[in-house]
Amino acid sequence: MNASAHRCGGAPIITGEDIIVRYHRRTVVDVPRFQLCDGETHAILGPSGSGKSTLLRVLGLLERPTRGRITLDGRAVTAGDKGARMMMAAVFQNPYLFKGTVSENVAYGLRLRGVPKSERDDRVAAVLERVGLGGTQRQSALRLSGGEAQRVALARALVLEPRILLLDEPLSYLDPLIKRRLVQDFSRILSADGVTALYVTHDQDEAMVVADRVSIINDGAVIRTGGVDEVMTLPTSPWVADFIGMDAALSGTILESVEGIAEVLVGEERVFARTDLPPGTDVLVGIRPEDVMLFEAWAETPVSSARNQLLMRVESIEHMGSTDRVSLHSNGMRIASSISRAASRELDLTVGAEVRAFFKATSVWVQSAAGVPSGV
Amino acid sequence: MEVFWSAFVDSIKLLFGGDAALYEIIGLSLRVSGISLVLAMCIGVPLGYVIGSRRFPGRGLVVAIVNTGMGLPPVVVGLTVYMLLSRSGPIWDLYLTLMGQEMPRVLYTVPAMIVAQVIISSPLVTGVTLAAVASVPAELRLQARSLGASKLQEAILTVKEARRGIMAAVAAGFGGIISEVGAVNMVGGNIAGKTRVMTTAIQLETGQGNFGLALALGLILIGISFVIMNGFTRVQQSGGRYER
Repeated sequence: MNASAHRCGGAPIITGEDIIVRYHRRTVVDVPRFQLCDGETHAILGPSGSGKSTLLRVLGLLERPTRGRITLDGRAVTAGDKGARMMMAAVFQNPYLFKGTVSENVAYGLRLRGVPKSERDDRVAAVLERVGLGGTQRQSALRLSGGEAQRVALARALVLEPRILLLDEPLSYLDPLIKRRLVQDFSRILSADGVTALYVTHDQDEAMVVADRVSIINDGAVIRTGGVDEVMTLPTSPWVADFIGMDAALSGTILESVEGIAEVLVGEERVFARTDLPPGTDVLVGIRPEDVMLFEAWAETPVSSARNQLLMRVESIEHMGSTDRVSLHSNGMRIASSISRAASRELDLTVGAEVRAFFKATSVWVQSAAGVPSGV
Repeated sequence: MEVFWSAFVDSIKLLFGGDAALYEIIGLSLRVSGISLVLAMCIGVPLGYVIGSRRFPGRGLVVAIVNTGMGLPPVVVGLTVYMLLSRSGPIWDLYLTLMGQEMPRVLYTVPAMIVAQVIISSPLVTGVTLAAVASVPAELRLQARSLGASKLQEAILTVKEARRGIMAAVAAGFGGIISEVGAVNMVGGNIAGKTRVMTTAIQLETGQGNFGLALALGLILIGISFVIMNGFTRVQQSGGRYER
């Protein structure tokens, strides 16, 4: 996981080219190129109706696109290619368990593949253990709770040891508590060796937990692909920024660079950032609001490893539930800070007041501005 | 009230009286309707699956046609089959042209009765199967496909999921023909020992004024229907602990 992970780490397993899907003359997907790489969890992140699930079904050979080519390991494939489909398994938003026991559900794909009963039983037992449902084989699948049912759905796919796991909003029907637990478990399972997954979600926090790379999709078009930290920290267009709840990335220039720490000029403000880019490079700069700490303007400089300490003015304060989001500016630089409500109360922030903002050089994401499309 | 009670007693006496002619009539009824039901299922379950699970242009019209078929008047079916199979009918001519010889008589035989009953029960099985299959979410089939199911395996899973509804389809199909008299009478002719079934026998006895005997036969028919439908229901309810 690094800033240059917008290219395939491993070899591409699935490549989609010139994919177009039209329903009743309305274009729902128009993606010139999409690559899923070996071993990665690739999140397709987008709002409702953005075409993300359709793209997953097309890449997963569950639906034929109106136009386009899909290659699997370099070989052209279609939805009619059973051998190719056998290499994948899917989990959907609603688990849709079949009538019968947990064991019958999990063994379904193994039966289709003609795996003998004794091996089936062993593999079912092992995978149920892995998803935290050991010993539930004989329970009725339709009497499970929502979280358990989704675990069975995951086990049903995992047991096939698919080359590619397709996950379409697997957690969005679950209540927040179960969701928090499951997202951790999913993340652990997906990061295990050899699991390659396409993970569709509208929830950026979920994407940040599970994914190595992220593609942001809107109106059927992929507008940004890259490593998860880079995409979620450096929104390159106002729409992406708005969607992931950040300010658009800042423009800057690298002034000088010492041992991988660069001084970047943003507006008239100087910011330290970890990057290997050479001086003179025009860059995009982003900082996650959670990485910016605030202190009173008059406070003594606390002992901190944060290289960046800026006196900034509060522009607005937005209540976000458990946190407050404070927009700040100084000398032509605009960033946001996300702080707890208690901290916000203690600082007694008001619009126009001065505060001291702290953030680490490693929290500042920098990317060369060259070749980044803008204004999407 | 008296007449019903004595009919009830008579029906018991008849049923256990060892009357070979009666057993033959009961047996033929079950055979004709049983074979017809199996054939109707072979037609109706796949057809109901396809119509119930696919989206295609004109689907609404097809569903309306099937639903109309569910209310097909048996007498009209009987009349149509009669006209098709009669010596002046088109099938007779076609057989003569193709085979160069006269077609053996089909009218007033058991196969003719079966043809009529298949026509009556197929839309019933199709219509109820269609509704049962349509109630299985399309996403469940997508899920099966995503685990590697072929079209056929997907269909088998869907039919299993819709099992209760499909048992209801079978019961509807059976109910529509075991009690039916118009068509079997018209194409079967109610020939004693050949094409006489329970319903045509009841009709005959009624016509001859033997109300008590007719009623007793009627009670036996209802009793047999009850036993068979009860069997269907048992099958339908089995595995209930895995139901939603």
